[in-house]
Amino acid sequence: MSEIFYTPLKQIRDQILKRDVKARHVTELFLTRCRDLNPKFNAYITLSDKALEQAEAVDKAIEKGEKVGPLAGVPLAIKDMLCTKGLKTTAASKILNNFIPPYSSTVVERLEGAGAITIGKTNMDEFAMGSSNENSNYGPVKNPWDESAVPGGSSGGSAAAVAAGMAAGAIGTDTGGSIRQPANFCGIVGIKPTYGRVSRYGIIAFASSLDQAGPMTRTVEDAALMMEVISGHDAKDSTTAQVPVPEWSKSLKSDLKGMKIGLPKEYFSDEVSEDTKKVVNEALRAVKEAGATTVEVSIPLTGYGVPIYYLIATSEASSNLARYDGVRFGYRSDFSKVPAADLEEFYSRSRGEGFGPEVKRRIMLGTYALSSGYYDAYYRKAGQVRRLLRDEFSAAFQKCDVLLTPVTTAPAFKIGERVSNPLQMYLNDIFTISTNMVGIPGMSVPGGFSASGLPIGVQLSAAHFQEEKMLNVAYAIEKALGAGGRKPNGL
Amino acid sequence: MISESELKKVAKLARLQLSNEELAVYGKQFSSILEYFEQISKVETANVEPLVTPTDMEQNLRPDLSQAWEGAETAMANAPDRSGNLFKVPPVV
Repeated sequence: MSEIFYTPLKQIRDQILKRDVKARHVTELFLTRCRDLNPKFNAYITLSDKALEQAEAVDKAIEKGEKVGPLAGVPLAIKDMLCTKGLKTTAASKILNNFIPPYSSTVVERLEGAGAITIGKTNMDEFAMGSSNENSNYGPVKNPWDESAVPGGSSGGSAAAVAAGMAAGAIGTDTGGSIRQPANFCGIVGIKPTYGRVSRYGIIAFASSLDQAGPMTRTVEDAALMMEVISGHDAKDSTTAQVPVPEWSKSLKSDLKGMKIGLPKEYFSDEVSEDTKKVVNEALRAVKEAGATTVEVSIPLTGYGVPIYYLIATSEASSNLARYDGVRFGYRSDFSKVPAADLEEFYSRSRGEGFGPEVKRRIMLGTYALSSGYYDAYYRKAGQVRRLLRDEFSAAFQKCDVLLTPVTTAPAFKIGERVSNPLQMYLNDIFTISTNMVGIPGMSVPGGFSASGLPIGVQLSAAHFQEEKMLNVAYAIEKALGAGGRKPNGL
Repeated sequence: MISESELKKVAKLARLQLSNEELAVYGKQFSSILEYFEQISKVETANVEPLVTPTDMEQNLRPDLSQAWEGAETAMANAPDRSGNLFKVPPVV
């Protein structure tokens, strides 16, 4: 059974449905592995004490011959950004250190409704603000492929959990690349769905016009299956779209005849490392062999992506994070010895102590961008450029079906390498942020490895609600290159 | 460049108590970050309506119906301090 940790989740489900193995046993195996490996990788903040109970319920239903969902008995890791009823949810922040949600997010409700087992809550950058998982109140996560390297972020714990075989699949959230970049650094598949495809209800808000939750898995088929479960309109999130949810996992095909792959020239700059170029070129060769044709396209505003993204995301964050005031839930400073002089100090001391350095930096930047005298030059201007950027993507999708690019300029960097320079850290995100700003679906699919053995992914994106096209290209790359879902050395 | 008094004003607006060390670090970092952000002023945006939400969606309202919920105890369970079903805060006036 040791190989179960690297078995695609669909196969685990099939074995449970055929009663080859009990869901309880599978969950027990994964929980034991999590306890063994977590001290090494720090992928989880909390393991669930209800996981075995959930798995037993699945076994009972199968024994009784009741209908069970498409994820029956599959142990999943959930980013600690999604509320789980009765299970501590921290957003990796001191300010939510003891928060036990009174309800579950729609995503978690749908996954559990489909039979999935929540085995734990994964580590992340505090409030999803970061690209390296170094901004966590619970310490950094290590990359299972190289413990001295970052797993990426902000969904670094979810990516590491899947890569280390500590979960059959995971949920991350992606505001500017937080699913795709760690998937790319850890050698797994990660999807950011179209904005409005997946409900944000019960997901701790960072930047509401950019946030989306999505799957992180070993295979494209697994990701497609999880997408089917979590997608679709939700009355509790008025920004979810009323569009049909296709059965992506059943329509996957690696024949790409008639498919046009667009290569935006701004993404193939000199800054891209040789290792990354090599993998992207192999993926290109694979899609051509599968029958696709390629066309050069242009997104001239790409170079402005980082400023407009960080102006919009920090502005929205400064507003969303205003709710943490130390009154109704969350951290409150100790006022017993030094009382607050006024109500303002009551708020500002609790917030000053409860938020970490990166979160405070972004609240400050966002407050500045929204403040009187700067609003037009920063927030409003960023929104205008954002519209022009969306127009450029729409024009590109007139010429092609799917865009193929690198996810990042280089594979995983070393822990500690970039922490002291926030601007340099923000520039990491240049290839992933536009996807969120224009609301299109994007994903990272494993393509190969660097000379030193670090995983490298390929980014695919498509027009709004065209996930199917992107998934088929990913499926063809996965079949041709076989670089995904592998077991790192030493595990 | 962002002055120290401007930075303090922003911290006050954001309800964040920051130490002098934090203010010094943020001040230095903001100058280079904002200088980098300034480049968006070069993009011609006359008569462009800002894009606030990325997909074109209809106004999507649900009927305003009352629904059963967990009850007051669940809502109060995370309170840092409470008095019965009231959130308790220290006197601050």
